[in-house]
Amino acid sequence: MRLINQKPSRIARYALGALPFAAVLLIYSVASKLRHMENPQDRLLPSLQQMAAAVERMAFTPSKRTGEYTMWLDTLASLERIGIGMLVSTVLALVLGIAMGAIPRIRATLAPFVGAFSLIPPITVLPILFIVFGLGETAKIALIVVGTAPVMTRTVAQATADVPDELLVKVQTLGANSWQIVTRVFVPMVLPRLIGAIRMGLVPAWIFLVSAEAIAAEQGLGYRIFLVRRYLAMDVILPYVAWITIIAYVLDRAFYLLSRKGLRWAHGEGGAL
Amino acid sequence: MQPIKIAASAFALTLTAALGAAPVQDARAQDRESFQVCWSIYAGWMPWGWIESSGLMDKWADKYDISVDVVQINDYIESINQYTAGRFDGCTMTNMDALSIPAGGGVDTTALIVGDFSNGNDGIVLKNKDELSAIEGMDVHLVELSVSHYLLARALDQIGLSERDVNVVNVSDADLVAAFDTEDVQATVTWNPLLSTILKKPEANEVFDSSQIPGEIIDLMVVNTETLRANPELGKALVGAWYEAMSIMSSDTQAGRDARTWMAEAAGTDLRGYESQLETTQMFYDPAEAVEFTRDDKLIQTMDFVRQFLFKHGILGQGAPSPDYVGMQFPGGETLGNTNNIQLRFDPSYMKMAAEGEL
Repeated sequence: MRLINQKPSRIARYALGALPFAAVLLIYSVASKLRHMENPQDRLLPSLQQMAAAVERMAFTPSKRTGEYTMWLDTLASLERIGIGMLVSTVLALVLGIAMGAIPRIRATLAPFVGAFSLIPPITVLPILFIVFGLGETAKIALIVVGTAPVMTRTVAQATADVPDELLVKVQTLGANSWQIVTRVFVPMVLPRLIGAIRMGLVPAWIFLVSAEAIAAEQGLGYRIFLVRRYLAMDVILPYVAWITIIAYVLDRAFYLLSRKGLRWAHGEGGAL
Repeated sequence: MQPIKIAASAFALTLTAALGAAPVQDARAQDRESFQVCWSIYAGWMPWGWIESSGLMDKWADKYDISVDVVQINDYIESINQYTAGRFDGCTMTNMDALSIPAGGGVDTTALIVGDFSNGNDGIVLKNKDELSAIEGMDVHLVELSVSHYLLARALDQIGLSERDVNVVNVSDADLVAAFDTEDVQATVTWNPLLSTILKKPEANEVFDSSQIPGEIIDLMVVNTETLRANPELGKALVGAWYEAMSIMSSDTQAGRDARTWMAEAAGTDLRGYESQLETTQMFYDPAEAVEFTRDDKLIQTMDFVRQFLFKHGILGQGAPSPDYVGMQFPGGETLGNTNNIQLRFDPSYMKMAAEGEL
């Protein structure tokens, strides 16, 4: 049988999926063990036990100084920032994207600007963001929005422009006005692509969140990572990185399922990642 | 391929990868010929760049039949982390970071050269207020867990306040100057050259600086203790090159001006700017002064302040149970902390050789 036709069984699929994770874990454990034989206090590659101890300390023991659970505090602060940032980006993308995709005059006005703006690396204009938004929460959320909204907007605009002309002609023959076409045709048609844009936008959003928290913060997952980097506490950094990955994965899956359950029509047959 | 073969090669690949990440320190204790040390931009460390580019390092390394590379790292903390991870045999850092990062991480480290101490290079700046006591209750923006943080703690201590009386906000050093322009930042603690840039702003008032805690923020060249023991030539070459550079740069000759100009440009300023940074840096141009400083009991007291500060902030080694967790050794056999876990050593013997002209 040809390779492309050999399908693994359900169990084999899970086993194969677990394989790369197990390999990385094994490589890590061996390397960590070797370094600890050399220096029992090595910080670069902490052992799994050391990381477990760090998680215990950060997540399940109240902090000596404030009496709070550091890791949860950091998680809540970061989730709030990324949540508000993505909400703003989503609203911007939906409104601007549909306006640009549906109304030629707005497209002519905004498309070149949004296209150019989306290419500015946000980190390079940080001092301007500081002056405009201050150093507090607004600046951090703004960085996420600046980093994600333009690309998401372009995706939605493209999705709007991709709505088949036949459909538009049909609803116009049925007497729909522009507003009705927007609410009854464009919005439902672009929703799956919007969810796709959110999923794609979450990737840079995490990067910008971590960067924003490195610049000025009192709590947050990125803040903690950059803070403890000052004494090479990889036993804290690695679990935090794993935690960020898990949160990001769960969010991504949640949006995927939302799209799959809520917008069944958009998910035809065929594999989806 | 047979599954068994695949499994075997996967296993081999895994092992190779694991060994690749394995320690590089194995070579440390051995007799070696080539070494690498790192440095980062700071007024008191600029001579290292000049030592490398002027050929002084090669000259001294040749004298002891070794080779030494002096590598500049752009990010200060990253340079310390690289040293701690074993990529470099030596690195420039402050006394505080030497204790918390390599020593706290179990990398036995020797302070080979005590180059200078900050004598005004670090300062606390308030906007439109000229009394340190006004800081009470304010948000203080600084690089958390850095010497700035230490300076703040010491300053508050001197006016009977503690860190509880202010709210520390972490800011990255790269963004500190821009951050100072915003309304949110009313108080900051930083170091030069950022400090002098911020002080140029009309609303900025320096209310405390490191000259009020003289000799507590010390800039060192540290080397791995095992490497130094096995290769004393490394110590001799570094110290020899350093003090030759010191005598040239402190001289009022054309060669001295040329050296200072080179350092000024490498630091991104001009001769006048660099000389003004040197005014707030107490350089030990004369090795005898550095030896005397290292032997003074005040150093022990300083390191005691530093370790208490580090312990209080939970950064003195993994789960350090007390400030005594990491031991330190001083000239004359005196120690602080656990003598079974000595990881930071102040050893003036190489500087003494330079002072006595034995190199």
